Amino acid sequence: MVMQRKIYLDYAATTPVDPRVFAAMKPYFSELFGNPSSVHTFGQQAEAALESARESVAGCLNCQPKEVIFTSCGSESDNLALRGAAMSARKNRGANHLLISPVEHHAVSHTARQLAEWYDFELEYLPVDESGMVSPADVADMLRPDTAVVSVIHANNEIGTVNPIAAIGSLCRERGVPLHTDSVQGAAHLSIDVSALKVDLLSLGAHKFYGPKGVGVLYVREGTRLLPAQTGGGQEFGLRAGTSNIPYIVGLAEAFRLAQEERQGRENYLLPLRDRIIGRVLEEVPDARLTGHPNQRLPNHTSFVFSGVDGNALLAMLDVAGYACSSGSACKTGDPEPSEVLTAIGLPRSWGLGSLRVTLGVRTTPDEVDSFLDILRDTITRVRRLN
Amino acid sequence: MTKTKARVVVAMSGGVDSSVAAALLEQQGYEVIGMMMRLWSEPGKEAYNRCCTPDAMALARRVAAKLSIPFYAVNAQDYFHDTVVDYFVDGYSRGLTPNPCVVCNRQVRWEFLLNRALSFGAAFMATGHYARVDCVEPPGEYILSRAVDRTKDQSYVLHVLGQQQLAHALFPLGGYTKVEVRQLARDFDLPVADRADSQDLCFLGNGDYRDFLARNAPEVSNPGPIFSSSGERLGEHRGLAFYTIGQRKGLGIAAPHPLYVLDKNRSRNALIVGPSDELGTSELTAAQVNWTSGRPPAATIRAQVMIRYKAHLVNALVTPQGLEGVHVRFDEPLRDITPGQAAVFYQDERVLGGGIIQE
Repeated sequence: MVMQRKIYLDYAATTPVDPRVFAAMKPYFSELFGNPSSVHTFGQQAEAALESARESVAGCLNCQPKEVIFTSCGSESDNLALRGAAMSARKNRGANHLLISPVEHHAVSHTARQLAEWYDFELEYLPVDESGMVSPADVADMLRPDTAVVSVIHANNEIGTVNPIAAIGSLCRERGVPLHTDSVQGAAHLSIDVSALKVDLLSLGAHKFYGPKGVGVLYVREGTRLLPAQTGGGQEFGLRAGTSNIPYIVGLAEAFRLAQEERQGRENYLLPLRDRIIGRVLEEVPDARLTGHPNQRLPNHTSFVFSGVDGNALLAMLDVAGYACSSGSACKTGDPEPSEVLTAIGLPRSWGLGSLRVTLGVRTTPDEVDSFLDILRDTITRVRRLN
Repeated sequence: MTKTKARVVVAMSGGVDSSVAAALLEQQGYEVIGMMMRLWSEPGKEAYNRCCTPDAMALARRVAAKLSIPFYAVNAQDYFHDTVVDYFVDGYSRGLTPNPCVVCNRQVRWEFLLNRALSFGAAFMATGHYARVDCVEPPGEYILSRAVDRTKDQSYVLHVLGQQQLAHALFPLGGYTKVEVRQLARDFDLPVADRADSQDLCFLGNGDYRDFLARNAPEVSNPGPIFSSSGERLGEHRGLAFYTIGQRKGLGIAAPHPLYVLDKNRSRNALIVGPSDELGTSELTAAQVNWTSGRPPAATIRAQVMIRYKAHLVNALVTPQGLEGVHVRFDEPLRDITPGQAAVFYQDERVLGGGIIQE
């Protein structure tokens, strides 16, 4: 039997490291290995790399370098933002109210729940429409003087919907409440200009934009007060102690620079492929629905639900056929439940269990997309027969 | 390695046997896919289910990674509950002593999972059972036989397979002893080589079936009288489900000689007990009989019969009654013929079939 080629269609889960990024990282493992806190030349070289990475990221974000905090991943950034802002707002102005969307990544929603359950914050969820989008009018209605922090995901990982962050940001700023947005999924494909977005806190994770796993950023607008997540040597302006992970920070900076510089080209390449998938799936597969917004969505992101389909079995069958996709209900231990996101947009369980996410990347070819679409309909028919 | 043989799905459990089965098939050049069913666990006791805990699943996943084969979890929780657990509870509530593994093999492994395997384009499904399947030509019939390792032989629970299933079945361990299989696990450097053998029913976890029934079928806790075979009232039982034929311990009766459960009288909700010399009968009838060849023998045959898992084989005359019934007459009386258990018929190595012992 011929071994099949494997086609990766799960770029929202993670991406391969761009060779240019890897090349930029390499010298910082064994040659330029110094600790940026050291006084000597080795330390100075490392510090130079760290600070030029910070400047590069700040340039892309349109902010000051001192507003860029390096962390270990997007989840850590979300944790520092939520917990740090909530604790600080309680101490400084007695604020006790958290306002988040119901379609946040778990790094935000579970942190908010912990703050509610362990620290007695009052947690409220913003409504979303059927595409998972937050309306600025609802934010205006639900904002309170004692709101400690608002968190609304920039682009949703499961359903790709892009939220109107700038409009929400203006509202929050008028009321003097900090806004956090999780841009971990969006940063590969959206312009991340923090001054245009009017956010106070913004999370990034490098591995979503062709950088390495294990490094992230939290943008902290000047004047935004946070309780540090980790105390110690005072690195990252006292917000995140620990020896800086220089090669990974260099990799993040290079990957983010490339993502922002090449953004328009990548979008021009991916959009037609995305729309070909959405069009053909909805035309060819019976009882299929697009999840998320039809056009206010990431240019590499498609997501669907199919009624009467076991999403786990669908992913397994696609994998055997050579296509690596994802789902909002699959579970590695065979205990599927529709995700909170799919539930929040009002999908009944019978649809929510049959979700499929197909996300594209710079290496995806039109041939790969077509060959995938050619087998998808039959695969879904076979999965439906399993029940 | 280039795969030269057909695609085969291995039903994995995170245990030694199914892991070695997968490794052997991989070594033989099959295109192996690992699958593991997530079976039903009592709510709150998921971590104790002996064959599909998250730990066992993680172990199976590690074995698959070690062998570089894909691995998928299959959700069978509702299906397993509706077929196997319901059967188990229902059997006990009717005064029987059911064997849920038989039903699991018939409906979950060799129907549900086999269908899943075939729909994934597999030509075969393999398990870590100790049994053998061979094709004899002519007439191209698939023969199910006992394992070489008699102490591990699991052909008893596989008597439910017909030609359709046997045509797709592979049992890579049938020719090995357990000692050899453990050695193979070490040779393949599998992380499961020293895992303990599983015992008991998977969905009972570490618990006792009586506690499980008390929680999940409270109606079986239905006390009633204990009578001697002559009709003398000797005491009270806790519910017929908690006793099996031939049981001596736990009757709670003081008597000059040991008493055994002789019978369960469901219509009177009575337990009948007596001395050992009253125990035993020479015949049984069985229903829901499966013949592995696909058809019953034309007339009465001499066979060896196993009346519960791992019991000794005993000589008997087996007479088909219609398509799905049999009457069995043993050469010697047996003390523990238990309604609800399977009676499985063998001729030498070969499994002819079997059915469920009737009251």
